[in-house]
Amino acid sequence: MDSPRGNLSMPTPTTDGNSAHDVHGGLPIPRRAANRPVPNAQLLRGWYREMVLIREFEIRCMQAYQDKKIGGFCHVYIGQEAVAVGCVAALKPQDPLVTAYRDHGHALARGMTARACMAEMFGRVDGCAKGKGGSMHMFDREHHLYGGHGIVGAQTPLGAGLAFATKYEDEVMNNGKSSRVTLCFLGDGALNQGAFHEALNLAGLMNLPVIYVVENNGYSMGTSIHRGTTQSHDLSSKALGYGIDATVIDGMNVMEVYHGMKDVVEKSRRESRPAFVDMRCYRYKGHSMSDPRKYRSRDEEAIWEQGDPIGTFEKFVLDQGAITQDQIKSLQKEVKAEVRDAIEFADNSPVPPLSDLYHDVYREPWGKYSGTSQPRMYGGALNPPTFRATREGDGLI
Amino acid sequence: MSATQELEFRDAIRDAMSEEMRRDKRVMLIGEEVAEYNGAYKVSRGMLDEFGPRRVIDTPISESGFAGMAIGAAMMGLRPVVEFMSWSFSLVAADPILNNAPKMLFMSGGQFGCPIVFRGNDGAGGQLGSTHSWSVEGLFSNVPGIKIVIPSTPADAKGLMKTAIRDDDPVFFMESERMLGMKGDVPVGEDVLVKFGQALIRREGADCTLASWGRPVHFCMEAAQELAKEGISCEVIDLRTIRPLDIGSIERSVRKTSNLVIVDQSWSFGSPGSEVAAQIHQRCFDDLDNHVHRVHTEDVPAPYAFNLEQEYLPNTRKICEAVRSATYNA
Repeated sequence: MDSPRGNLSMPTPTTDGNSAHDVHGGLPIPRRAANRPVPNAQLLRGWYREMVLIREFEIRCMQAYQDKKIGGFCHVYIGQEAVAVGCVAALKPQDPLVTAYRDHGHALARGMTARACMAEMFGRVDGCAKGKGGSMHMFDREHHLYGGHGIVGAQTPLGAGLAFATKYEDEVMNNGKSSRVTLCFLGDGALNQGAFHEALNLAGLMNLPVIYVVENNGYSMGTSIHRGTTQSHDLSSKALGYGIDATVIDGMNVMEVYHGMKDVVEKSRRESRPAFVDMRCYRYKGHSMSDPRKYRSRDEEAIWEQGDPIGTFEKFVLDQGAITQDQIKSLQKEVKAEVRDAIEFADNSPVPPLSDLYHDVYREPWGKYSGTSQPRMYGGALNPPTFRATREGDGLI
Repeated sequence: MSATQELEFRDAIRDAMSEEMRRDKRVMLIGEEVAEYNGAYKVSRGMLDEFGPRRVIDTPISESGFAGMAIGAAMMGLRPVVEFMSWSFSLVAADPILNNAPKMLFMSGGQFGCPIVFRGNDGAGGQLGSTHSWSVEGLFSNVPGIKIVIPSTPADAKGLMKTAIRDDDPVFFMESERMLGMKGDVPVGEDVLVKFGQALIRREGADCTLASWGRPVHFCMEAAQELAKEGISCEVIDLRTIRPLDIGSIERSVRKTSNLVIVDQSWSFGSPGSEVAAQIHQRCFDDLDNHVHRVHTEDVPAPYAFNLEQEYLPNTRKICEAVRSATYNA
């Protein structure tokens, strides 16, 4: 494992002073939750349930992937549940959210049903994108989720654009002040992409209310952050160069995420300014399903697992008296059933009809498909395709 | 026929954008030097004064950033017009314009479209050398989900730009620096639009069809005039849009003339020209008297030297030679 730069404070409360698991090599993380009022029990139980749901969902995804029910690439969120749940809790429902390809957790936290999410991964017609997006491309208009994006860093200019649009609506369209804030998630690997730097420069320059949350799990695929990113011990310097305020938050603790993000979101909304968050976390599984994790030690993983965000929060809600052991048991049972139902639902959902291949390519199609040559389809698999209008009344323009 | 006014190509585009911005507050213009500088090629002259800095927006030199940003804004329902000073510079924004804009509707299962126009100078300018002389339609026409517009006259530039802005899909609108000062009669009226996918016969003829788009249409007209003196009658078809492609109009013309020469200022390999040739061979196999001939930019990087650049581009001489060869008049 890489030698970290400093023997500084650990992101988890389980720190033992041993720097062996300090994957971020970071500066101390401010603690905020202790001085804040505790949200009501119902809210806490809701967050706990969300986190358990995401964990269970991802475990069943891994099984389904092994069973070859899910194809392509599949990146699970196990270990980072507190980030999605805490961040979404700090937002308003209408605030746009856009993310990278490790997106199942964000989709579920935002309100997508486990059924729609799972069916998408199964490539079925009831998926959130009718089976045409897949694991890396979760979209949900109703819940203001502007995707899952598969190219590292590609979502960062999009996030600036969503914020640009909300601000434009407020200032030019005279729709009244909605003052929406956009949340754009990225991994630490995206810090090294040009698109990210251009997006930050534009956001800073144009005063766009977009919050870039770096889910800093210490590894971009198999490359530790020290090997890929300058100033990795203090990522705030990346943002400060663009005139953007930066914050470090403990992403292993949902209370810290919620309170930390609440401050950031409120400030961004109030000032209509961008923000940057170094969200320290750890992914317990590999980058994708094919990753044997040879670039890090099992000891390191074990230490981080002691600071499991679900275990930590479970203890907290029990201590608060917000939940009982019995309630936890029945909640876990309920969640298991919900995910089992999602798997069954996805399994029983029809595959998309072949004609779907030619839909949603254009909103305004021009009738019979004549954009390219029409190669003869031998074996009669397909008839010459016709673009179908995606909206009532669409036709030839 | 409605009234017309004489306009420069650049002003026709400006009028189209301005009229659409007056009509629809969701439309805005963004790009390098579009506002305070009045456009690097003066296409957006006066627009900042009329619409203010919230709707006519200068960006830093950051194509990947502002193209991606505009796509995000389009997903939310704005209708941005994005100026690339040159389409050659769009290559650093390849990921947003090719991987985001044309695929968003499809991979979101129809939830998020991308009503956006990217526009700028395409093709060789005046001796700009290898990096600045791209005819990007050769690359981008390969991508489904995009509409590609290449006007050859001020009237078409205006009508097609208005259609592009009102269109719900991403439109790549390609202008030519060499043509921005060209004058032409442009119909007056806010609602004079030119449909996509509808080619125009610029000159009728009987012996050979010349199919082209954008600047080379004018070379075709010159060649047709030249060839008429030799007794060869050419029909010149201006495609106006590459995607959608009005192959039917070419097909009808070829059934009449039995010969086709395609003039395309992108490179020949895997180009719009080769696509048209393939489709016409498929559709008109028994109607053709000769194989389809193609005149492209030479298959080398763009040179700087004046004489080399002239030889590199499609020109009237090359078109005449191709037509003579196609009609066995060589």
